[in-house]
Amino acid sequence: MASVTFKVWRGDIDGGEFKNYKTDISEGMVVLDALFQIQADAANDLAIRWNCKAGKCGSCSAEVNGYPRLMCMTRMSSLPQDKPIKIEPMKSFPVIKDLVCDVSWNYEAKRRIKKFKPRKPDAADGTWRMQQEDVDRVQEFRKCIECFLCQDVCHVLREHHLHEHFIGPSLLVYTAALEMHPLDVEDRTEDLRKHQGIGYCNITKCCTNVCPEHITITDNAIIPLKERLVDKFYDPLKKILNLFSGKS
Amino acid sequence: MSNVKRHEYDVLIIGAGGAGLRSAIEASDAGAKVGVVCKSLLGKAHTVMAEGGAAAAIGNIDEKDNWKIHFADTMRGGQYLNNPQMAEIHAKEAPDRILELEAWGALFDRTKDGKILQRHFGGHRYRRLAHVGDRTGLEMIRTLQDHGIHQGIDFHMECTVLELLKDGDRIAGAFGYDREKGRFLVFEASAVVLATGGIGRAFKVTSNSWEYTGDGQTLAYDSGAELIDMEFVQFHPTGMVWPPSVKGILVTEGVRGEGGVLRNSEGRRFMFDDIPEAYKSSTADSEEEAWQYTIGNTEARRPPELLTRDHVARCIVREIKEGRGSPHGGVFLDIAWIKEKLPNAAEHIKRKLPSMYHQFKELAEIDITSEVMEVGPTTHYIMGGVRVNAETQMTNVPGLFAAGEVAAGLHGANRLGGNSLSDLLVFGRRSGEFAAKFAKENGKAAIDDRQIQSATRAALAPFERSGGSSGTSAYQVQQELQDSMQSLVGIVRTESELKEGLEVIGRLKERAKVVGVEGNREYNPGWHTALDLHNLMTISEAIARCAIMRQESRGAHFRLDFPDKSEEFSKVIMVIIKDADGQMQVNSEAIVPLTEEHKQIIEDNK
Ligand SMILES: Cc1cc2nc3c(=O)[nH]c(=O)nc-3n(C[C@H](O)[C@H](O)[C@H](O)COP(=O)(O)OP(=O)(O)OC[C@H]3O[C@@H](n4cnc5c(N)ncnc54)[C@H](O)[C@@H]3O)c2cc1C
Ligand code: SF4
Ligand code: SF4
Ligand code: FES
Repeated sequence: MASVTFKVWRGDIDGGEFKNYKTDISEGMVVLDALFQIQADAANDLAIRWNCKAGKCGSCSAEVNGYPRLMCMTRMSSLPQDKPIKIEPMKSFPVIKDLVCDVSWNYEAKRRIKKFKPRKPDAADGTWRMQQEDVDRVQEFRKCIECFLCQDVCHVLREHHLHEHFIGPSLLVYTAALEMHPLDVEDRTEDLRKHQGIGYCNITKCCTNVCPEHITITDNAIIPLKERLVDKFYDPLKKILNLFSGKS
Repeated sequence: MSNVKRHEYDVLIIGAGGAGLRSAIEASDAGAKVGVVCKSLLGKAHTVMAEGGAAAAIGNIDEKDNWKIHFADTMRGGQYLNNPQMAEIHAKEAPDRILELEAWGALFDRTKDGKILQRHFGGHRYRRLAHVGDRTGLEMIRTLQDHGIHQGIDFHMECTVLELLKDGDRIAGAFGYDREKGRFLVFEASAVVLATGGIGRAFKVTSNSWEYTGDGQTLAYDSGAELIDMEFVQFHPTGMVWPPSVKGILVTEGVRGEGGVLRNSEGRRFMFDDIPEAYKSSTADSEEEAWQYTIGNTEARRPPELLTRDHVARCIVREIKEGRGSPHGGVFLDIAWIKEKLPNAAEHIKRKLPSMYHQFKELAEIDITSEVMEVGPTTHYIMGGVRVNAETQMTNVPGLFAAGEVAAGLHGANRLGGNSLSDLLVFGRRSGEFAAKFAKENGKAAIDDRQIQSATRAALAPFERSGGSSGTSAYQVQQELQDSMQSLVGIVRTESELKEGLEVIGRLKERAKVVGVEGNREYNPGWHTALDLHNLMTISEAIARCAIMRQESRGAHFRLDFPDKSEEFSKVIMVIIKDADGQMQVNSEAIVPLTEEHKQIIEDNK
């Protein structure tokens, strides 16, 4: 059993500092286990958010050695243990206490996205028919566990704090799921451009790299949404130009 | 009182899992002003973790399926202690509740002709579980959440209810705190729905999260509602056993539904060795027949791995006890073997069980498409809970409702897999409908400020204590309780151990009274854990007391000193109530009788 030092950020919205805690690591442990031990032995009031401890709920997001991770899915054996392991809260959101952030903005922004609107049922009994191939694409997006790690890493939110103007990769995935849903007939392209700031995304793909659900956020969600926008808003213009030049 | 924040609702819903959300949607559709309180963030409740699927006799694959067979399966699984009225309503309404989710955006896996795909699960005669790979719960909670946020419902996230408020006999609201700042909150409500889930945290090895401290059961009990069937705790046969830090995390029954088999250290498929009489005629008698069933041959009978959970769990315990277990104290679960039968087995496994694949890969460094898993029983679900009216979900306290895992009656002595998710939808909806109706008909009740004052004092008491002479922390008391419940009130029970368990609970209750906390009220898990202790103690005592009373083995309740079923106990359920002196009373009461129609259905589907 090895003893490992953790540098854990302790504090609240008014500021804080890293504190060192030593704890024993046994085989198979994840970062969250180590923090539970610290919480039970040395820091009863250490604030951590978690639920499932199996990578399914997206509660335990934090930065481990500077990298956005689910603490319950980060094995101790994957980290160098000769130097202190640094644990701090996500940076794109205001901190509440210690490792817990105020992520309520994500919920508010989500509510402003137009809800699902299905086409008329296909069958007389009020049901629809969809092929597996048609739902595959959207099922990828619906794996999202709302951990907000992608929001944490996106520079538009993290560095430029454009929360008012940009919904971030996680909610673009949500919008893509609605837009590409085989039954959905709502149109969200106008909102995407005007209110949800899809234009701010410059395809750095940092979000895709941190997604614990391995959703190909940029290629499969954001780029196709951008393409829809281009089709919708720039095509008419092209058509007019084409008219003038005699083509149609 | 000035230092508490007040909110007013027609219907207050405590819990934002499948049951709470479905209830909220229904109540707000009925025109009620609805508030929802939950301990975690929205979308993180336990429901998100459900894997295998939701049971409903839609009959998309097996056209012969219908509500009657689902009803009969549920009753047989519950060893006929279920409330048959609830089982009937559940079986009849589940299909509509699932289809309705599709209208709200859910995307279930599909059949070839474009309908909702259904899979096998233990104890269900036909392929009945609507699913999305092995993340059905996520699909369900997200669908309800995304629909619910557009309904004008107020969500109070990361708030915990500590007490229910009453006006005479009827419910008047609830008192709680927010985690962020530790501020106290009062919810005035004409009707309250408990949708708080289960109790798994009373045990050491569990698939349940920190939220499952039996809050709803305790809130109900403390306010005069009855609890039933508390001896029936489901130990799921397959939890992870290694590494130690993930012990208890669930391995979905879907693995067995897709062809996974259980073997002991001798390589024997031991489930063939012990098939209960009631299931003999419907269980395969060769490995080939079992496989034929898995791939959809309707002539074939079920693999013995898909017998009910209580039975499979006990067979596993037997193998381990008799020295035929795996290296880390479990048995082997093998899905990789299907490569002998399927050309693209590895891809098939990853597609059908993606989160299991990841869970093992990332937490145990095991590739389930080529290696075997080690599994053992884990505390999973409680069939018992708050007693409710079958149609309205109201308790014996006027205006107090309960739905989902916190409520009892549907599952009897053992729940079939997949019957919980459908339970949440069916009875969640009903609780919302009838709570809104109650609120409309009865209006507001009066809140008694003295009750708020005493609740506030009780909540703050841990800060004034130093933890007694031994400096006891809430974590220590919780851990000792979990250890004792696991070893004394677990899968295999005896009267002497159960009594010892009760004594330990008694001692720990005293220690809980002196637990102190450090720090302040802001997001302080030490304080939260201290406040949870009362709930954990209450439900632990309830489980132990009912388990002592039931001198037989039935469903999930197994007594080594009474290993057989008894005629006498087949006719009764255990009912718990808090008496006038604040003591816990257990009485046995006659079960709800079957109607002639029920009897006929059960007979026809034997
Ligand atoms: C790993 C796993 C897999 C499962 N797989 C399946 C499956 O495939 N099929 C199936 O049918 N069932 C399955 N189950 C069971 C099923 O998921 C649960 O029984 C069900 O989700 C419970 O739902 P619920 O709405 O009753 O409660 P939950 O979803 O647990 O929600 C409870 C809510 O109550 C809140 N709450 C609790 N106490 C308080 C309080 N004091 N104050 C305020 N809020 C409070 C919580 O914060 C939470 O929001 C599984 C369970 C687990 C653990
Ligand atoms: S690809 Fe776009 S959304 Fe993703 S991190 Fe980069 S800028 Fe942000
Ligand atoms: S898209 Fe991925 S990283 Fe972003 S919130 Fe969803 S699961 Fe997390
Ligand atoms: S605790 Fe659920 S994802 Fe980590």
